[in-house]
Amino acid sequence: MITAGIDLGAKTVKVVILKDEKVIGRGIAVTGLDQKESAEKAFAGALQEAKLELKDIEKVAATGVGRTEAPYATAHITEVGADAKGAFFLNPAVRTVIDVGGEEGRGIKCSAEGRALDFAINEKCAAGAGAFTEAMARALERPLVEFAKLALSSTKSIPMNAQCAVFAESEVVSLIHAKTPHEDISRAVHDSIADRIISMVRRVGIEKEVMLIGGVAYNVGFVNSLNRGLNLEVVVPDHPEYVGALGAALTAAGK
Amino acid sequence: MSEIKRYKTEPLKCWDKAKELRSKYYRDYAEAKSKGGLRWSGGAEAIDVIPYAFGEDVHALTAEPYAAAIAFDPEFAHKCEAALEAKGWARDMCAYMRNYWGSVLINKYAFGGEFPKPDFHLQSGFCCTHAKWFQVLSLWEDVPYFNIDIGQIPFWKEEHPNRLQYIVDQMHDSIEFIEKTTGRKCDDERLIEGVYNDSRTTSLWAKITELNQNTPAPLDEKTMYSLYVFTTLDRAKKEFMDFYEELYDETKDRVARGIAALATERFRLMSDSQPPWAFLRVWRYLEQFGVVSTGSIYTIGLEGVWDIDDNWNLTPREDLRSRGVVLKTREDALRAMADWHLRRPIYAMFYNADWKSKLMIQYAKQWHCDAAMLHLNRGCEGTSLGIMENRAALIKAGFPVLTYEGNMGDDRDFDEGRTVARIDTFMEGLGLKKLT
Repeated sequence: MITAGIDLGAKTVKVVILKDEKVIGRGIAVTGLDQKESAEKAFAGALQEAKLELKDIEKVAATGVGRTEAPYATAHITEVGADAKGAFFLNPAVRTVIDVGGEEGRGIKCSAEGRALDFAINEKCAAGAGAFTEAMARALERPLVEFAKLALSSTKSIPMNAQCAVFAESEVVSLIHAKTPHEDISRAVHDSIADRIISMVRRVGIEKEVMLIGGVAYNVGFVNSLNRGLNLEVVVPDHPEYVGALGAALTAAGK
Repeated sequence: MSEIKRYKTEPLKCWDKAKELRSKYYRDYAEAKSKGGLRWSGGAEAIDVIPYAFGEDVHALTAEPYAAAIAFDPEFAHKCEAALEAKGWARDMCAYMRNYWGSVLINKYAFGGEFPKPDFHLQSGFCCTHAKWFQVLSLWEDVPYFNIDIGQIPFWKEEHPNRLQYIVDQMHDSIEFIEKTTGRKCDDERLIEGVYNDSRTTSLWAKITELNQNTPAPLDEKTMYSLYVFTTLDRAKKEFMDFYEELYDETKDRVARGIAALATERFRLMSDSQPPWAFLRVWRYLEQFGVVSTGSIYTIGLEGVWDIDDNWNLTPREDLRSRGVVLKTREDALRAMADWHLRRPIYAMFYNADWKSKLMIQYAKQWHCDAAMLHLNRGCEGTSLGIMENRAALIKAGFPVLTYEGNMGDDRDFDEGRTVARIDTFMEGLGLKKLT
């Protein structure tokens, strides 16, 4: 059976095509003003990689904040449900999923069957999401990837007091003026976001294995801070930003 | 797919009467002066039987229900909030207080016309805001003000004669205050009658809400929000007491005939704190999943009076007449009223998160709830106090919990889209799909 999952997120649309429980295509596009058009673009990319045409897809399910706007979808699943399903599919030992995307951070407690038992969402403040690190990288005038790597060479912990992305940017500027090494600033930023995420995830309880998904899982500085804060090694799958779309594709397949 | 079970349902017969009584209450207050009467304003927790004893033409405007009515009308609420913020008041203060103050500042009554200035303020301060609320107003409006300090351990936890005396003494003083302010004399017979009425009204509300332990629930919480209000307007008023007698009979009849509030009831929730008044439609959204919200410690216990035993079992407290309490003097009446007031479950919310958790778990058991939906209410520090501890305790007791952020009085703190998304996620986790 060939199915597809669309994750229509706040910043990007991700599409996964699944054939007999094997991923054969992925596509991604920036979420523009026209969500449907963005989803179609991502879908076309996934079809191209899978060397398939739209008519070959038997069923499509959608997730993400814009899931009801997703084209082709006849089934829907919430982001939390899709994350749990996708993460469990990739690693059945996973009991906690941390999803950090562009504008939201989520903590999900999973059952031994891969069902979401409880969840916590940081939804009103960018301080626990990818947008926060992007803003801080801009303040340091560094590309995001470079900014993230800098944290790995820091040996000094500097607390950041600001709770808000805007004020945190001012705090970073103050640190720059105080001639604080950039690697220490980078670590401070990543420790700050990791602290917020950990505090949120503790509400649902942290049980191993812990999987980190979402686009921010590519941020090595954040992963480092998260591991240190949790005192464990989180599992980061390949293509962490596609796990929600994978969960949707599994839903379409009736899994 | 198995067929969905459907219960019989029908509208409440006394619904229109409830609406008329509420409208009359606000109209009576506005028109009191033109009819030679008196107006007073204070909190819903104020001991309203005291002004009641000064004549049937003394009309109340209790502040929290009035502020909730403002919140229900966001356009009006925004004007109130803007006026207050323009004067430099912070928006993280009590949302009810801000709405009420704003209404005074813009000099508009939510029910039409200019804001009707009271002759005096009477308040009972049991949270950090209550006393200040009317202190500020008394300065703005140049209106005399008397506050009765309540802050103490509730009697269902621990009775103590000195603590009772502390309140009774203040009640005596408040009578003197009203006599001096208005030139009227306290009618002790009317005071005694009002105390009996108050106890009957608040006992009846407890009994009405107890009936929601039945499946199907005869009342849904959105409807209960419109009905519980009389316990917060003027508990001593006979017409409100009589209305609850009627509502109690009707609710008992609904239970006897298996009449449901929600025809498709298949899952029972409890809530917490005041709701975001501008978004009560969220309760209707829940119904699409077959979910009925049965009530909460707030709904049943803000004014409903209960006996709470050592195991936290909740039983409606029989009213004073039914208990054989004979009131002959002013002292008898005040003492009985103070004792009665201290038995509200609501005090748990303000004073001890652990007590509140125990009451919530007990509620969930007695009302046969499957889960809880808790409002992280940015508009009320008191009812939100320890709410995350309550969440943890409920989860530990085996009840799934959904939390959402909002504000009872300020719709700017509530994100409807995200709240609905949270509900969808919660329902999905519980295995509940929309029925329609």
